[in-house]
Amino acid sequence: MTPTTSRPARSPHGAAGRPAISLRGAALSFGSRTLWEDLDLDVMPGEFFAVLGPNGSGKTSFLKVLLGLQPLDSGTATIDGRPIARGSRTLGYIPQQKSFPPETPLRARDLVGLGIDGHRWGVRMRSRSHRDLVDGLLRDVGASSYADAPVGLLSGGEQQRLRAAQALATDPRVLLCDEPLLSLDLNHQQAVSSLINRQCHERHSAVVFVTHEINPIIDYVDRVLYLADGRFRVGSPAEVMTSEVLSDLYDSPVEVLHSNGRIVVVGLPDATTHHHEGV
Amino acid sequence: MDVQDILEAVFTFDNYAQLLPLVRNSLIAGAVLGVLGGLIGTFVMMRDLAFAVHGIAELSFAGAAFALLVGANVVAGSLVGSVLAALVLGLMGIRARDRNSIIGVVMPFGLGLGILFLALYEGRAANKFGLLTGQIVSVDDVQLNLLLGCAVVVIVALIAIWRPLTFASADADLAEARGVPVRGLSILFMVLLGVSVALSIQVVGALLVLALLITPAAAALKVTSAPGLVVLLSVVFACTSVVGGILLALGGRIPISPYVTTISFAIYLVCRLVGSRRTARRSRRAVLSSGRVRAAGDGRQGA
Repeated sequence: MTPTTSRPARSPHGAAGRPAISLRGAALSFGSRTLWEDLDLDVMPGEFFAVLGPNGSGKTSFLKVLLGLQPLDSGTATIDGRPIARGSRTLGYIPQQKSFPPETPLRARDLVGLGIDGHRWGVRMRSRSHRDLVDGLLRDVGASSYADAPVGLLSGGEQQRLRAAQALATDPRVLLCDEPLLSLDLNHQQAVSSLINRQCHERHSAVVFVTHEINPIIDYVDRVLYLADGRFRVGSPAEVMTSEVLSDLYDSPVEVLHSNGRIVVVGLPDATTHHHEGV
Repeated sequence: MDVQDILEAVFTFDNYAQLLPLVRNSLIAGAVLGVLGGLIGTFVMMRDLAFAVHGIAELSFAGAAFALLVGANVVAGSLVGSVLAALVLGLMGIRARDRNSIIGVVMPFGLGLGILFLALYEGRAANKFGLLTGQIVSVDDVQLNLLLGCAVVVIVALIAIWRPLTFASADADLAEARGVPVRGLSILFMVLLGVSVALSIQVVGALLVLALLITPAAAALKVTSAPGLVVLLSVVFACTSVVGGILLALGGRIPISPYVTTISFAIYLVCRLVGSRRTARRSRRAVLSSGRVRAAGDGRQGA
């Protein structure tokens, strides 16, 4: 799968190495519970940045802050050097897999089309260039064979490829992914994560990838933000995914095992958060 | 009454040519409401609002009954009732579950109020019945202009918000992330829906409004998923039902609503039949292709 849409390649690291995402002294809490505070972070263009942590640790809230749907309690957050604005065109977003009802009146190509101009008012007029753009995106994500199939009759994995195409439609500077591989089978996990990786490393988008399962993307991840119990750690997977760091974060003995290039975490305090356990 | 009498009541085409000009206004109103019902019906289906339409219709009925009682304009009363109901639903019920329970609570109350107003009303009994089962046969020019004016406003507004509303209806989270004002659109849509319900009640009555706002779109969705074709079919089905219903009703002695609902239902049945073949074909294909994927995956793991 090579990119077939004729979009000009961006120079690496955009405008003079300016971070794509920048947080300074950022804090967020729900009521009396602090999700995270004093978070200083720069994510560079072309960096694959994973956000890990148990349920309720504030992973999704972190994403909502970047989407402009959730204001920070304190600190600042900028994207591409500008304060975060809702509905920014520099952002791409792949939400959690959620099935469309069987009778949704949209075909695969219509769904991708909404990613291009769904925010504009009025009705789209028939346009050759729009059609070509959609065809190119469908080809990029390997969805050409079901371009005219009703979205409601596609499998979860097929739908998620379309969401990837929607998100890549504007060639975003920053790509935000909220557990995009959840409930996909192994083949589709590989397909979707390699698509995201291509956008990251070939087209130099900054990728923020929220997940509870690092193994499907372990080959792509540059850095990790691990959130747990109101605290966090940032670093490369090798630095963060260790028994010492996680035991310290969880404040209880946790063992990190490496097996065949995969990471297995044993002894997490919260039994409901079965993460890093292979698929 | 034997079968012969019933048939004569339902289908009589004596003096048809003389009668036709008398229903000119009704036919125009019916056609425009068919277009409106077909357009808005697609979004009603997409947003899973069929039950809401029913609830709004009952409150619209209460408003119309009140207008009848106090001698005000019935269409205006119906509009006030349904727009209020639609706004309440739009502001309160975000999730479908909450919304359905609110509708379930409010709907019988509205219907009860309407029956109270009708019981107090001492005018012609036909007016009372008309609110529930339709009364378009006698549309005068003033009513026609009001109907057409409202319908055109709703259609223009719908076209203006078409794309973002489609986006928000298909995937609200993503649309919101893209800067679509999801909540504002949802409330605006409910107001448009309220107006459409009030207008449709003038044709088919409060009890049968679903035949105009739901059935045509539901039928269209059975046979296609191409968005343009869904809208086109839905409009054609709705217009056929209303205009056909009025033309058939002209011959008989009964109200038009049974004709409208029967045509609309027949169209739905045909579409369902056609559609069941289509989905069967598609799922066979899906099974085949997932079998292929699995085979490919096995190969990769073995390598």
